[in-house]
Amino acid sequence: MIVIRNARVLRSSGVEQSTVVIEGDTVLAVGDEPPANGARVVDAGGAWLGPGLVDLHVHFREPGQTWKEDMESGGRAAAAGGFTAALAMPNTEPPIDGGERAKAAMERSQAIGMLDLRVAGCLTRGRAGTEMADFDAMYEAGVRVFSDDGDAVPEAGLLRRIMAYLIDLPGAVVAEHPEDRSLAGNGHLHQGSVAARHGIESLPALAEDVIVARDLEIARVTGVSLHVQHVSTSNAVELIRRARERGVPVTAEVTPHHLALDESALEGLDPNLKMYPPLRGADDRAALVEALRGGLIDAVATDHAPHTVAEKAVPFEEAPRGVIGLETAAAVASAALGHDQALFYDRLSAAPSRIAGLDRQGIAVEPGSPANLMLFDPGARWIPKSFASKSENSAFTGVELTGKVMATIYEGRISYEGGLG
Amino acid sequence: MSGLLTLRGMSRESLEALLDSAQDLVSGSLPEGGIHGGATVTTVFFEPSTRTRLSFEKAAHHLGAHVMSFGVGPSSTAKGESFKDTILTLAAMGTDVFVIRHWLADAAELAATWSERPVVNAGVGRREHPTQTLIDALTMRQRFGRLDGLRMAIVGDVSNSRVARGHLAALPTLGVEMTLVGPTPFLLDSDTWGVRTVTDLDAELGDIDVVYLLRIQRERGSSADIPSNQGYARRYGMNQERLSMLKPTSVVMHPGPINRGLEIDDVSADGDRSMILEQVANGVPVRMAVLSRALEGPR
Repeated sequence: MIVIRNARVLRSSGVEQSTVVIEGDTVLAVGDEPPANGARVVDAGGAWLGPGLVDLHVHFREPGQTWKEDMESGGRAAAAGGFTAALAMPNTEPPIDGGERAKAAMERSQAIGMLDLRVAGCLTRGRAGTEMADFDAMYEAGVRVFSDDGDAVPEAGLLRRIMAYLIDLPGAVVAEHPEDRSLAGNGHLHQGSVAARHGIESLPALAEDVIVARDLEIARVTGVSLHVQHVSTSNAVELIRRARERGVPVTAEVTPHHLALDESALEGLDPNLKMYPPLRGADDRAALVEALRGGLIDAVATDHAPHTVAEKAVPFEEAPRGVIGLETAAAVASAALGHDQALFYDRLSAAPSRIAGLDRQGIAVEPGSPANLMLFDPGARWIPKSFASKSENSAFTGVELTGKVMATIYEGRISYEGGLG
Repeated sequence: MSGLLTLRGMSRESLEALLDSAQDLVSGSLPEGGIHGGATVTTVFFEPSTRTRLSFEKAAHHLGAHVMSFGVGPSSTAKGESFKDTILTLAAMGTDVFVIRHWLADAAELAATWSERPVVNAGVGRREHPTQTLIDALTMRQRFGRLDGLRMAIVGDVSNSRVARGHLAALPTLGVEMTLVGPTPFLLDSDTWGVRTVTDLDAELGDIDVVYLLRIQRERGSSADIPSNQGYARRYGMNQERLSMLKPTSVVMHPGPINRGLEIDDVSADGDRSMILEQVANGVPVRMAVLSRALEGPR
């Protein structure tokens, strides 16, 4: 039994100062209850208690690139970040494009037991962008979200055939990495003033916008749910807004780094700030924050993309794309949301849980709720220096953040408690 | 002991001091710091270059330095050695000053950080080619007796040009009034750069002192941005007719190598308004001045 006292608890009716009692994998009671003998008692000191966070976008690099991350280190990083569930992208080696591989990956994480890890399945066989992946076998294995993350489906005709097929699989979601290859070219950072000054080949916002526009139309015509991954441009936000007004079934995610940073951070060409989509202009960043607050962008997702110190210690144009994000996401997102508890748990837990179709996540703290919870001190200041992840390619190393994960509880067991003073 | 990574942010006084010491060398005096016998200058060229490299090596010889020469051809980069390991290896062999040409924008800075040696940027990425900028500034100053108030039009594929970006980083500080000329896909954003951009070359010709032509860089994708080289030559190529539209005192410059018949015709390249060979001749003294500055002080 775990008893958490003196917490600001996110209940279905709103936030309430209370005590939460956890027994087994379930919330037993909310309110003042005398602890049973032998119970673990935690004084939250007024910190937030709510459902564990859900990340719609992580790369755990297993199988194939386990020197960067694996299910175990990824699980630890997730727990340290307050996450009790995550969706791993299928661009592993080999890619997860069939039922057996999907099942194996989820079982491996389950055995480690740090979080509820689901995998997204590929949209195309071998992530090659030419023919449909084996949707039925993956669906049977429990896969609900499909993505060729790292690439968009290159041809509109193929995407239309994919969506026309997926309409028959209830709950199936097409998650697209919006990047038109012919427009993105060999770009390394946003096509803006920083890239221009350095004369480095750049990625125009247009590369994202044309794919978002195309995909929204195909979703409108087919009726299949589209999830737009890591939205980064103000124009893409506007396209999504208009589509939603027309009833297109679309959801969207934004990363913490796109909420907090813009291209001006790249003046020194730090390879740890190189990712796709790139950090955009100040206007884009402002539009993303506004869209997340207003709910037009549903969820925060980290796009946790580990690369080793050695892989990143190279010239900017040769560095791999990606930053880690699990362990700093809560703080960075909470700041972007103005440290508003209800908004925080919606955008980082309830909404992503709904999109991924998870049944034991994102649920307000009530008697009978699953004991997937996280405790967060929104006022704590700290400076990230080292990480549970195998990699250190964070955009926030050495940067003071406000808001710290105190503890994480996954299915009734404490999976992280490093923040409990 | 200071290399030359960038001209951006340098004061007018520092830029003029570099030009003055190069001018002294042209006039025949020895460099301020004297001869640097026993020093080693290592040229590391990750892109093909003939003139820049030879002129740096000749400058080093004039200063009494040894030259080590590393190029992509016979090197071990073909065996997979990283840029970083190449730099560390060459530093350990006794390099005192590096001269670096690379397609990567941050190569010179990184080499300086890794090796803790002075690094002279011999052209990186599309970002900057500082010694070319100094050469051109010196050539213009010799011809006009001043830089302040000179009107210069850079014509061509500015967006793919390290030379143009380098010029924009320093020539305005020296008082040169710059205009970029070319088809829109070749130009830079005029707000970002604080520079005038125009697409009509002929309307500019009567007004400028220096027509600075850039090479169509097939290897950097210039040709993909325009439908045909012939069409470009008609709109922007320097030829007899355009020469006649210039003021009597105006000159034609080009950083080389030139594509004859494309951005420049024979009359413009070889006539008495052409400063192309003067530019080349100034290469050695400018690079001597820069290397001498880098070799000064304790090693």
